[in-house]
Amino acid sequence: MLAFIAAEIPRLFTIYNVILLAKAAVTTLSLSAVGCVVGLLCGTLLTLARMSRRRSLWPLKALAFLYIEIMRRIPFLVTLMTFYFGAQVLGFNFSPLEIAFVSTSVISTAFVAEIVRTGLQAVKASQIEAAEVMNFSVWQSFWLVRLPQAWPIILPPVFGYFVLFIKDTALASQAGVLELTQAAKILNTKGFSASLVYATVLLLYFVISYPLARLGGHLEKRLGTARHSRSRRTV
Amino acid sequence: MAQLDIRGLVARYNDTTVLDGIDLAIDRGEIVSLIGPSGSGKSTLLRVISGLLRPVKGTVSLAGETIDYGDRRSLRRARNRLAIVFQQYNLFGNMNVLRNVMVTPVTIKKRDRREVEAEARTLLEKVGLGDKLNAYPDELSGGQQQRVAIARALCLKPEILLLDEVTSALDPERVGEVLDTIKLLAAEHMTLLIVSHEMAFVRDVSHRVAFMAEGTIQELGTPEQIFDAPRIARTRTFVSRILGHRTAA
Amino acid sequence: MHYVLHYGQITPYIPYLLGGVLISLALSILSFAGGMVLGLVFAILRNEGGAAASRFVRGYVAFFTNTPQLVQIYVIYFGLPDFGILFTPFMAVLIGMTLNAAGYLTEILRAGLASVHAQELDAAETLNMSRLQTLRHVILPHLFRVTMPALTNQYILMMLGTSMAAIFGVEELTGRAFNINSTTFRSIEVFTTVAAIYVVVTFLATILLALFSRWAFRARVPVI
Repeated sequence: MLAFIAAEIPRLFTIYNVILLAKAAVTTLSLSAVGCVVGLLCGTLLTLARMSRRRSLWPLKALAFLYIEIMRRIPFLVTLMTFYFGAQVLGFNFSPLEIAFVSTSVISTAFVAEIVRTGLQAVKASQIEAAEVMNFSVWQSFWLVRLPQAWPIILPPVFGYFVLFIKDTALASQAGVLELTQAAKILNTKGFSASLVYATVLLLYFVISYPLARLGGHLEKRLGTARHSRSRRTV
Repeated sequence: MAQLDIRGLVARYNDTTVLDGIDLAIDRGEIVSLIGPSGSGKSTLLRVISGLLRPVKGTVSLAGETIDYGDRRSLRRARNRLAIVFQQYNLFGNMNVLRNVMVTPVTIKKRDRREVEAEARTLLEKVGLGDKLNAYPDELSGGQQQRVAIARALCLKPEILLLDEVTSALDPERVGEVLDTIKLLAAEHMTLLIVSHEMAFVRDVSHRVAFMAEGTIQELGTPEQIFDAPRIARTRTFVSRILGHRTAA
Repeated sequence: MHYVLHYGQITPYIPYLLGGVLISLALSILSFAGGMVLGLVFAILRNEGGAAASRFVRGYVAFFTNTPQLVQIYVIYFGLPDFGILFTPFMAVLIGMTLNAAGYLTEILRAGLASVHAQELDAAETLNMSRLQTLRHVILPHLFRVTMPALTNQYILMMLGTSMAAIFGVEELTGRAFNINSTTFRSIEVFTTVAAIYVVVTFLATILLALFSRWAFRARVPVI
């Protein structure tokens, strides 16, 4: 059997198939990256809403809180399928890739929001008080004092989350997105042995994820200020 | 007209009354020190004056204008005229020394950058840190950070400067350099309200000293009166314990 | 676009969905237990075994934590039959989840083991405890006390992870959602209902685990 599978290898790595896999790998990476970038933007907004001290904003605060707590407790596959089938029944004509981008963004917003909150809260209250007595507005103290001190704490775990999320995006294959896992399925239906194509893709994921994970660890050490290493997701 | 006029000031922290009817008037160029056991409300008084804690009763007036702590414009005007130096320095960790001093005048008060920079350099020179302009706070000793904090406060050109236990967080050998800096301000007739545990310094520099306990001013007088001939027993016990402790040490 | 939500059409299926929850729970609990056993062995090997054992564990952890669980299960379910090894969907998912969990749990437990202080071990030695007694009375209680928050978190992530069993035809919660979806076409209602069930179940699991670890290990785990 092994010899039989080994004989497939030259056939598998034709230029056409390599390009297919390379494109799929880019899609895999961009799914996670888009999720994290959108997550960073929306997550920051959610966190700001959640941390706001203005009384009149309480409905927004409650919504932000609920969103963050609830979205982290729904499987990615279920979120993805909600959007996938939801778009169908509502008659929206979204491509699978668009559906996947929305899903990854919606999920990572909740996870990244928590990382952002930890980072922003790590900035001492006394720093903000000092800004306040010198007549900084809320926004000025956020932009000039809080954010510059928080981002070295926030970035490493967000990067860690990005690496972690790369693996979750394998589920996007269920919506028909042509990322690595879907590419394996396609090659499988083209007649290549399942063991060969899935092992190949498994290896590709490893080649992508492992160096990035190491880089993330390095980043965390270098920016050092991170008081809590949060590259693992916490629910 | 007093530069700072406090009348019947009451403040609570959650349900505890931390200031229980404070009356104090400070003239222009006067230096008043607050002494007393910890928890007596000295630092709280500075927090209330600077608007970090809303008073529940009483008034604070700066140069005749009563501060309405509920009104942002009024509070803003007041904060424009005073400056506070904290026990923990609270320099902005993301900015170097020069930027720490310049950021408020330039970005918040919209003053001319070049003019501010010249002033900032002069001030930092004066507090002995002319060679540390590009250092970040975490690269400086506590005493150096506190001197930067004083320069930062001075660059705001305040009409009154509040000093909140500015030497308490420092190593003993760093205390002198900060106190010397404050003495420079005293010599320039700056209006100062000082909270301090450094009795020798308080005695040396103050025009008047207020002894506080349990949220009220128990006794107010010249340094000589408070330290040599306190009128009430409580002041005497406090002063003798502190001074006795100092001599013993 | 005139779409009216009809949750009423889903309500008859609630018992069916809750039956799916039981399968999800079974999958997650079994694979967590299996992962704990493997993880504990690996963690001890990594810390105390020889260079070869330690290298093997490092490689195992790196591999399983840097590849998607979904593809790992694909290899087991679709790949191994090439070599004549066949599993039912449930078994394939269970094995995949266990092996994957072992990777993450090894890391958590290793860090926990490393935090058992030398003094505690010395104390156990002076008390003349046997190795097994030391393990039971000193090492394990400490280990669980310090790792409980991370273990709880890992379990919750695994509970959410069971949803991918649906892809292989296991009729757990998500699998049953697919079934209902294909008969009712009430996609939004079905999947949001199922999402809500996951939220409730994981919340309950978090609370129960926190209470349990407070009771059993006096671990300070926030209830929520």
